[in-house]
Amino acid sequence: MATPASDRMTRWLVTGPPLAFLVLFFLIPSLIIGVASFRYPGEFGGLAPLRPTHPGEDAGLTAENYRVFFSDSVYFQIFLKSFVVAAVTTLLCLVLAYPLALLIARSPKRHRDLMVLLCVLPFASNFLVRVYAWMIMLGPFGLLFSQTAVLLAMVYVHLPFMILPLYTNLEKHDPALLDAAQDLGANGWHRFWKVTFPLSLPGVFAGSALVFIPVLGMFAIPEILGGIGDWMVGNMIKEGFLGVRDWPFGSMLSIMLTLCVLAIAGGAAWIARRKAE
Amino acid sequence: MRKLALGVEVVAILAVFASFFAGDARWFAMGAGVALFAIAAGLGAMGSRREMPSFWPWFASLAVYAFLYIPLAIVVIFSFNDSKLNAEWVGFTTEWYGKLFENESMLQAAGNSLLIAVVSAAIATILGTMAGIAIHRYRSKLLPVLVFTPVAMPEILLGVSLLVFFLNSAKPLLARVGLDFDLGVATVIIAHITFSIGFVAIIVRARLAGMDESIFEAARDLGATPWQTFRLVTLPLVLPGVIAGALMAFTLSIDDFVITFFTSGVGTKTLPLEIYTMIKVAVTPEVNAVSTLLMVLTLAMIVVAGRVAPDALRAKS
Repeated sequence: MATPASDRMTRWLVTGPPLAFLVLFFLIPSLIIGVASFRYPGEFGGLAPLRPTHPGEDAGLTAENYRVFFSDSVYFQIFLKSFVVAAVTTLLCLVLAYPLALLIARSPKRHRDLMVLLCVLPFASNFLVRVYAWMIMLGPFGLLFSQTAVLLAMVYVHLPFMILPLYTNLEKHDPALLDAAQDLGANGWHRFWKVTFPLSLPGVFAGSALVFIPVLGMFAIPEILGGIGDWMVGNMIKEGFLGVRDWPFGSMLSIMLTLCVLAIAGGAAWIARRKAE
Repeated sequence: MRKLALGVEVVAILAVFASFFAGDARWFAMGAGVALFAIAAGLGAMGSRREMPSFWPWFASLAVYAFLYIPLAIVVIFSFNDSKLNAEWVGFTTEWYGKLFENESMLQAAGNSLLIAVVSAAIATILGTMAGIAIHRYRSKLLPVLVFTPVAMPEILLGVSLLVFFLNSAKPLLARVGLDFDLGVATVIIAHITFSIGFVAIIVRARLAGMDESIFEAARDLGATPWQTFRLVTLPLVLPGVIAGALMAFTLSIDDFVITFFTSGVGTKTLPLEIYTMIKVAVTPEVNAVSTLLMVLTLAMIVVAGRVAPDALRAKS
């Protein structure tokens, strides 16, 4: 017979290993980044020691990185730009994905799986291959290294993240509701805006979060398809760690990005809870 | 209406063939686009007579499918093009594939990718299955946060935090006990496990959520120990989810660029890193060839997944 003691042991046997792994390789590194954002850069990159090794060396903790961030509007502008790119990408994905998701959801059941698979299939090819495909596509048009190229690839890469949650939501709608609306005299357009669209809002929010958040932190697409002027937060973070090797500054930017993501996720959760009430 | 649509379609498809032999990528792309619009129009005209909503969703949807497939189709086509430039069709060749297999660093990168994917998927599957079961069974507060956050946040954040952790914390600490530690295959494997655990856990938990709790109680009432319950009841039931999770973890690892970029150091290359370098330095048709091969590989994986564990395909949503 299972005793409470052996139950507790099973619990720790199952919970312990993944918990230990993620504490060590996710929680602790995240906290280290938080501390690193308050430190000085090392003389040869990396971080300066916490205790000075020779006189005159910057050591210990400082809020200097945050001071620089808030005193120079350049950083604010890049964050703002990243938000705009993420918002535009989300909107474009929504516009492209909605008719398709609706069509799949309203198609005969036997076609649906195939239609969904066809949406996911390109998504299964490597991320860089999909970005590269746009290099070839846009090269002859002279659109390479432009904001347009960045946006196109952003939409292309993230579209499935919008299609799938929308489809999952739309598929669950009760067709009787549309019949009822029709019987009450609503035309096609009204049926969409007054019945289908409001009901699909949870799917819209889920898809938007799945597109917005990764786009906000993207660095590869602006780097490959954009010019210097198209840089986003991700490019600055990458530059901070691998380019100029100012780790504390890069850490500070990561923390700011994390805060933005948390604010968005929190906001989305708050909206969802209000809707549910 | 129907005949008209059909006519437009035929003309458009002929136009595509013509543009293909005219040998210019631009015209081909446009021709293909026009053809797909035409097919959409044709289907729309036919569909409106049946239960289909109307013409416009068909039209828009096929345009989206075209948007999804045309760029990749062009990569595949140019991988067989007998020209160093990705601009016009010159003739058929398999030269670029041959070059690929003579490319030492590419082969080594492929080997690294495979090794990293197999090891990280194996470990992530074990840990992720445990996490999925633990989250389903026990009301832990911390574990779900740690499991699902790496899935939801921008990859770059995990990449840089692991970079700092490995170089600034792990390396000096291990050096103190006499161990030589640096970025490389091992750190990439650890990083991949960190984000794959969440995906495996999501799939396993979804599988458990659809199950009747009473079978576990029945096993316990019949005197099974927790281990016996796990081995004889839980595991066989979640196994399709576990296999799906393993395939997912493998694919995620093979595909990952961002996190690998930050945790691999200078010496270690994986296929995506190799592609990145090639794209940054010079675009050659070899990139087309390796891209095409990768697509074929993923396609094969999906077919296998569909046969072995239908859950894997559904799990992507």
